[in-house]
Amino acid sequence: MQVSNSQSTTYNDSVVRQFSIMAVVWGVVGMLVGVIIAAQLVWPELNLGLPWTSFGRLRPLHTNAVIFAFGGCTLFATSYYVVQRTCHTTLFLPSLAKFTFWGWQLVIVAAAVSLPLGFTQGKEYAELEWPIDLLIAVVWVSYAIVFFGTIGTRKVKHIYVANWFFGAFILTVALLHIVNSAAMPASMMKSYSAYAGVQDAMVQWWYGHNAVGFFLTAGFLGIMYYFVPKQADRPIYSYSLSIVHFWALIFTYMWAGPHHLHYTALPDWTQSLGMAFSLILLAPSWGGMINGMMTLSGAWHKLRTDPILRFMIVSLSFYGMSTFEGPMMAIKTVNSLSHYTDWTVGHVHSGALGWVGLVSMGAIYYMIPRLFGQKQMHSIKAIELHFWLATVGIVLYISALWISGVMEGLMWRAINTDGTLTYTFVESVKAKQPYYIIRMLGGLLYLSGMTIMLWNVIKTATSGKAATATIPPVAAHA
Amino acid sequence: MSDFTSSFWPIFITVISLAGVIGCALLLWVTSKIKANSPNGDNTNGHVWDENLREMNNPLPRWWVWMFIITIVFSLFYFLAYPALGGYAGKLGWSQVGQYEQEMAAANAKVAPIYAKFAAMPIEELATNKEAQAIGERLFMNNCALCHGSDAHGSKGFPNLTDHDWIYGGSPEKITETITNGRMGMMPPMAAAVGNEEDVKNVAHYVLSLSASKHDTARAALGKEKFAVCAACHGADGTGNQALGALNLTDNIWLHGAGEEAIIKRINLGVTNQMPAQSAKFSPEQIHVLTAYVWSLSNNTNPQ
Repeated sequence: MQVSNSQSTTYNDSVVRQFSIMAVVWGVVGMLVGVIIAAQLVWPELNLGLPWTSFGRLRPLHTNAVIFAFGGCTLFATSYYVVQRTCHTTLFLPSLAKFTFWGWQLVIVAAAVSLPLGFTQGKEYAELEWPIDLLIAVVWVSYAIVFFGTIGTRKVKHIYVANWFFGAFILTVALLHIVNSAAMPASMMKSYSAYAGVQDAMVQWWYGHNAVGFFLTAGFLGIMYYFVPKQADRPIYSYSLSIVHFWALIFTYMWAGPHHLHYTALPDWTQSLGMAFSLILLAPSWGGMINGMMTLSGAWHKLRTDPILRFMIVSLSFYGMSTFEGPMMAIKTVNSLSHYTDWTVGHVHSGALGWVGLVSMGAIYYMIPRLFGQKQMHSIKAIELHFWLATVGIVLYISALWISGVMEGLMWRAINTDGTLTYTFVESVKAKQPYYIIRMLGGLLYLSGMTIMLWNVIKTATSGKAATATIPPVAAHA
Repeated sequence: MSDFTSSFWPIFITVISLAGVIGCALLLWVTSKIKANSPNGDNTNGHVWDENLREMNNPLPRWWVWMFIITIVFSLFYFLAYPALGGYAGKLGWSQVGQYEQEMAAANAKVAPIYAKFAAMPIEELATNKEAQAIGERLFMNNCALCHGSDAHGSKGFPNLTDHDWIYGGSPEKITETITNGRMGMMPPMAAAVGNEEDVKNVAHYVLSLSASKHDTARAALGKEKFAVCAACHGADGTGNQALGALNLTDNIWLHGAGEEAIIKRINLGVTNQMPAQSAKFSPEQIHVLTAYVWSLSNNTNPQ
């Protein structure tokens, strides 16, 4: 094992290449499963009457594939790419970095096999059974060693803001995963949570909300803080805004979990705290959006010609929208209408498709030509097409679920003068069908964009070859 | 019951919650006081990474700072008004249980007169009352249809309510009793009492013969004698016993599945079938209206 990375004059990009390619591959797979289950909601016969292909098993496969396979590979790729370049040094412990790649792929494959077979801990976004959880923990600690080791051996004095966010994301996800997955194994593929009752629910949603906050937000803000200023060739808008919104964001997210459990067995005071901190979270979230958007000041014209930059900026708009919507939905009164409806699903997807998806695609489009010694992606027109397919797809998806979510929420609470419910449950299901079709079409557009991206990435990679990037000299004052 | 096991925890919660909110305000205040330093005179802080990554010294946007402050101030007022700080109940005295009870009491008071006028009417009369039937149908669709189906035809394990095959009796009184208290049907595994595997098969064919279903007459004849252990509940003629909830085996209606295989399975394994009690969900007056609707499903009535 090569411990010292101080002599290397080039960046270690082979693991970045591996993760980048797999991010796109898993993106296509995860989104395909998403479209399949969206179709199952319209035509339940597509369950095929088989347990392995039923909605209840494919849904966690979809969420795990897009969050941990697509999102995870993107985060590994970008953080390894960024941390080297902003520390002016190569990766710490390259063989451990290599292990994180193969270990993470093994986790994904194990998930893809065990979830359809019905093995689950029953915790949302933490379904994987204990042996896989252990593997995740090992890979994640290795990731932390590589990342923080690289930070520790940096050649510049200051730690760049993107690395604050990547660092917070890596540390917190380790904490969340280990605490929430604590369980007593009963057999090889069955375990029981270490917590009971409402405590279990609270731990789960502390995990669940911070998985959104750190895996899907802090990590991707790290991506934003490197790739937006790079692609726009502009300095970050405000250093002091970076400081305030970073600390406020990572502190406040920790408190917001209870808003997933409004009007449940969770004590009133816990719900209130969760709601109040969710509202406070609005400003820290928008801090990131402002810092990204305003970085473009003086370079707005680039949006007309640069589809990669457009991916990044539209993703920031969706980030701003969903981080406004989130605190609103955390208000008890609003939540009593929105909870358990499609509105929640729409909200999640405006963040997932709009923010996480688009910023990932932008970053990967930025990296791929550089990683394979090409000037630019094989087809800029295809990036353009991908952008429009994705954007129209997202708009169809989230507006369909807004309408169907608010509609079903109102139908559920409508009451006749005799005190009976105006609508039976099945009537609310029936009323949603047209919106489910629109949502599926939106997903299909998004998936087709991703497929074009896969083609474009393969074309770019195969027409170039693995490039070696030299570490540039450290600028004065850095 | 208190949410806390000791007096330490509410204090702890209060302190860290307030410290958290006030800490956000302090962070904002301290950062806005930091003097920007621009060594190169280009409004950046002088740090450079990866050749061209730089950071500007622009101040925090004022509107954003105000938005942050408003949410902080709102939270402090919210903590004062609502339960949030440990054991403190909040000035408004709100609780989710209180809100629920209040809403339910208001709703019940509003609908009580509607049901009160039906309370004195006999079921047979209610079954022809258009308004009562409409209410009964809505109650049924939202509460009973989940198991018995929107058309009340039931499915495997869930009785059809439109035929005359009543397991516990179809009189208005019995239906009210079933809805109110629920039912727990239980047939024990009978294989040991019946005999060996062949005997079980023979009894199954005898049971099939009772309803003139397709059966093997030779086996049925052999099974007749063994049926004695079944007769304890289902009666010597197999017509069942409504007092016990023992099913009628002669009417060719098969709650738990028709045919030799299904019957053998029931003899071997027995069956437990529960209808949950509805008394906690409805007032007696509502159950009265619902009973009339269910009764009407199998009794020819013409609502007017």
